[in-house]
Amino acid sequence: MNINPYTGIGLAIILAFVLMALLADIIAPYSPTEASGNVLEPPSIHHIMGTDNLGRDVFSRIVFGSRTILMVVFLAVAISGALGTILGLLTGYVGGAIDRVISFIMDSIYAFPSLILAIALSVALGPNPLNAAIAIALTYVPTYFRMIRGQVLSIKSEGFVEMAKALGLPTTRIIFRHIFPHLIPTLAVVFSMNSADAVLTEAALSFLGLTVQPPTPDWGFDLYKGRGFILAGAWWMLAFPGGMITLLAIGFALLSEGISQSHAVKSFE
Amino acid sequence: MLIVEDLYVKYYTRRGTVSAVSGVSFTMQKGEMLAVVGESGSGKSTLALTIMRLLPRNAVVERGRILLDGIDVLKLSEDEMRRIRGSKVSMVLQDPFTTLDPLRRVIDQFIEFLMEHGLDRRSAEKLALEALESVGIPKTLAYSYPHQLSGGQKQRVAIAMAIALKPSLVIADEPTTALDVVVQKQIMDLIDTIKRGGTSVMLITHDIALAIERADRIMVMYGGEVMEIADKGTIMSRPLHPYTQGLLASIPRLGSDKIPESIPGYPPDLRNPPKGCVFHPRCPYADERCRSIKPQLIEVEKGHWVKCHRVVKA
Amino acid sequence: MGLARYVIVRALLIIPTILLLYTLVFIVLRVLPGNPVLAALGTKNIPEEQLQAIMRELGLDKPLYQQYIEYLVNFLRGDMGYSMVVRGRPIASDITDRFPATLELSIWAIIVSFVLGVGIGYVAGRSRSSIVKHLARLYGSITYVLFIPALGLFLQLVFGLWLKVLPTGDRLSPGIYIKPITGMYTFDALIQGDLVAFIDAVKHIILPALTLGLVLSGPFTRLTLDNMEKVMESKIVIAYRSRGIREEAITRHVFRHTLIPVVTYLGLQFALLLGGAVLTETTFNWPGLGTYLVDKIMYRDYTAIQAVIIIFAFLVGLISLITDVLYALIDPRVRYQ
Ligand SMILES: Nc1ncnc2c1ncn2[C@@H]1O[C@H](COP(=O)(O)OP(=O)(O)OP(=O)(O)O)[C@@H](O)[C@H]1O
Ligand SMILES: [Mg+2]
Repeated sequence: MNINPYTGIGLAIILAFVLMALLADIIAPYSPTEASGNVLEPPSIHHIMGTDNLGRDVFSRIVFGSRTILMVVFLAVAISGALGTILGLLTGYVGGAIDRVISFIMDSIYAFPSLILAIALSVALGPNPLNAAIAIALTYVPTYFRMIRGQVLSIKSEGFVEMAKALGLPTTRIIFRHIFPHLIPTLAVVFSMNSADAVLTEAALSFLGLTVQPPTPDWGFDLYKGRGFILAGAWWMLAFPGGMITLLAIGFALLSEGISQSHAVKSFE
Repeated sequence: MLIVEDLYVKYYTRRGTVSAVSGVSFTMQKGEMLAVVGESGSGKSTLALTIMRLLPRNAVVERGRILLDGIDVLKLSEDEMRRIRGSKVSMVLQDPFTTLDPLRRVIDQFIEFLMEHGLDRRSAEKLALEALESVGIPKTLAYSYPHQLSGGQKQRVAIAMAIALKPSLVIADEPTTALDVVVQKQIMDLIDTIKRGGTSVMLITHDIALAIERADRIMVMYGGEVMEIADKGTIMSRPLHPYTQGLLASIPRLGSDKIPESIPGYPPDLRNPPKGCVFHPRCPYADERCRSIKPQLIEVEKGHWVKCHRVVKA
Repeated sequence: MGLARYVIVRALLIIPTILLLYTLVFIVLRVLPGNPVLAALGTKNIPEEQLQAIMRELGLDKPLYQQYIEYLVNFLRGDMGYSMVVRGRPIASDITDRFPATLELSIWAIIVSFVLGVGIGYVAGRSRSSIVKHLARLYGSITYVLFIPALGLFLQLVFGLWLKVLPTGDRLSPGIYIKPITGMYTFDALIQGDLVAFIDAVKHIILPALTLGLVLSGPFTRLTLDNMEKVMESKIVIAYRSRGIREEAITRHVFRHTLIPVVTYLGLQFALLLGGAVLTETTFNWPGLGTYLVDKIMYRDYTAIQAVIIIFAFLVGLISLITDVLYALIDPRVRYQ
């Protein structure tokens, strides 16, 4: 099989971060929450990414911080994907007034800035990683809903669904056995693109102090703290957390680019 | 006034080279209407686009010469060619829904066209309105957007633009296929009037009945080649090529209960054209010679050219 | 004629959307959390009577449906209530103070993103090199996922700390004063012909606008590029050419077609813009609604948070109306439907 270069690079980046999160205890040279050197040491062989304002090893915080962001992102994408897909399948299939009302609600939410909605939800739910995941998940439900519903509407009119109906198959069976499988490729693209968005939203919530409490390591929050030491020239407190967030998001973006390219090519042939 | 000599055009694609026009030669006189007839894929549009020099980038003119009023069209620079388009040779495209820019008013597009060919704004507007009037488009419609016009009205506008600068040649590529029957007749009547000013008309169509009804002469194309050329009367009374005969037999006739026969088989794959005569796989009379040797286009009687081994020069 | 009616119809259609968003925000912020006053004061040891008094003062003792309606009515009259934390401070005046800064940042960011995004897409669309097109697409997908604070802080490091050519925060240098007219300093300085102040204001807005604009430019690039390619192959182009219209003019006309999806996208882009503005402002200490919102979040000042978020809901509605109108201006077919 021929893997698209974008897909390959994207997957490699994501897998590297997943491994980092899984093997954090082995990879990290120091504790992420306790001082292991002087305050604000620039990168050196002892601390390859330097130390922060409390003398903690930035690299170790990056390694452990990958756990927070990946957990929140995967949880959020799973929840919103499941909710949005189920809602989209059902309302798209059933149609009628319910469909119109739900679509209207979803469209309105979709038009609203997702970050601001996530902020509002996090504030209301209280700042912790689980709530951040729920907040992010809820803001992205419309993304899946709209995509799935649109696809269901177009697939619904095709012959095989009519046939299944004529055979008297139960609705849920038609939906999950006959319609859902056709949506998987599109879902894959949306999942990876949405993961990139979720990475950015998680980082943003963290940056605003809405995800973790200190001293838990978290890229977005560490970046926010690093911002206070920019005048001290502690660029390493900014560059590494900021770079990791960007790299992870780019990984997901490349993956979605790759998947959608392979699909476009296939549908041409 | 139009002389096309030994023209070869190929399209280069990822899946091979398409020989869309192969060895086409013919002439057109001032003020005559020549119908180019043939099935889909026979290279009619390619021929038209070659004369207009509007071929897509993957097309190459391999050989041949096109003389329009003595001008060697294929030798002109891009800019010289641009100046000729619309003024010396113009085109009416098949689909009126895509010939006008939906975002701009009809009159603005017309004025832009005329100003591009050297008129000032005032006289351009005046001429545009006159030209539109002459094809039955009133002033109010001139100042509206294309989507407010019907398909027939849009095609009228296209014709008005095509003839406004009194070109020597107007090429109409299936100008009526996108329209309903009643409108088709009106548009064809309008095209008939183009000839009056001494302009020649090349009418491209797959409908031989329409060609017989309207044209002075008919050129039959198949697989990118010319099969037969003659004036309308000759084609009707003495069609010599089996393909022309097949096309004529496929015309439904009023008051006859003979079911029109269509020609069996499919047009050739021009990426890989048949050896010998391109028509032989579908020809009821094909023999060994037809399968191996390509026939020449020969003049069997004055003005009647045929490309078939079975006809011998009288 | 057609246009006016179209605008009115669209405006009426926006109302339910705004109402829905208001309801949503109301539910999230008023119904979900426990006692907002307790949360705001951050302590539970307040005498019951005092708590009741504060609740009454803020109108929080009334039944929810009444709060829902009264808040909306007051909001439409420009009364957004009082801060829970800085007691006695009307939120509306905070917001009028802050809004111009956000608007100014947004306008410049949109300009930057439009010029960068559409410009790169246009150049790549006209280019015959497939490598250029590939790079443009890559630019589009990568800028889209840049993390605004990371990008902003990076630019601050480079231009502010190392090159020392641009300031890293705030809207004006100390000692520079611009008499507010619109409250948007770059424009105010221009109106008053104050060149020194203008240059200072521009210097301050370059980095924030660039950060936000760069991140927003990606989708424009991709849309412009894809549509240029599509339209350049369309029959309209052949038709123009067959009339002898010169290529530059054709490209100009075709460009209008590629703008249709771009403008439609502008509406969606605005949601991103507002979210991005919150982050950009925080990154650059830009005293707009975004930093205001973040400040209020730190203090759990619910009335203020609610007001800002509802303002955002109104802005979203307003912008979607504006894009509809722009759309109709570009494409005459829309007006007459
Ligand atoms: N841009 C192109 N690239 C590759 N091949 C092409 C291209 N345009 C046309 N062809 C091929 O060239 C041949 C001649 O096409 P052309 O459009 O000239 O035929 P036509 O007689 O006008 O047919 P129709 O009646 O369908 O319009 C066909 O085999 C067609 O597939
Ligand atoms: Mg054709």
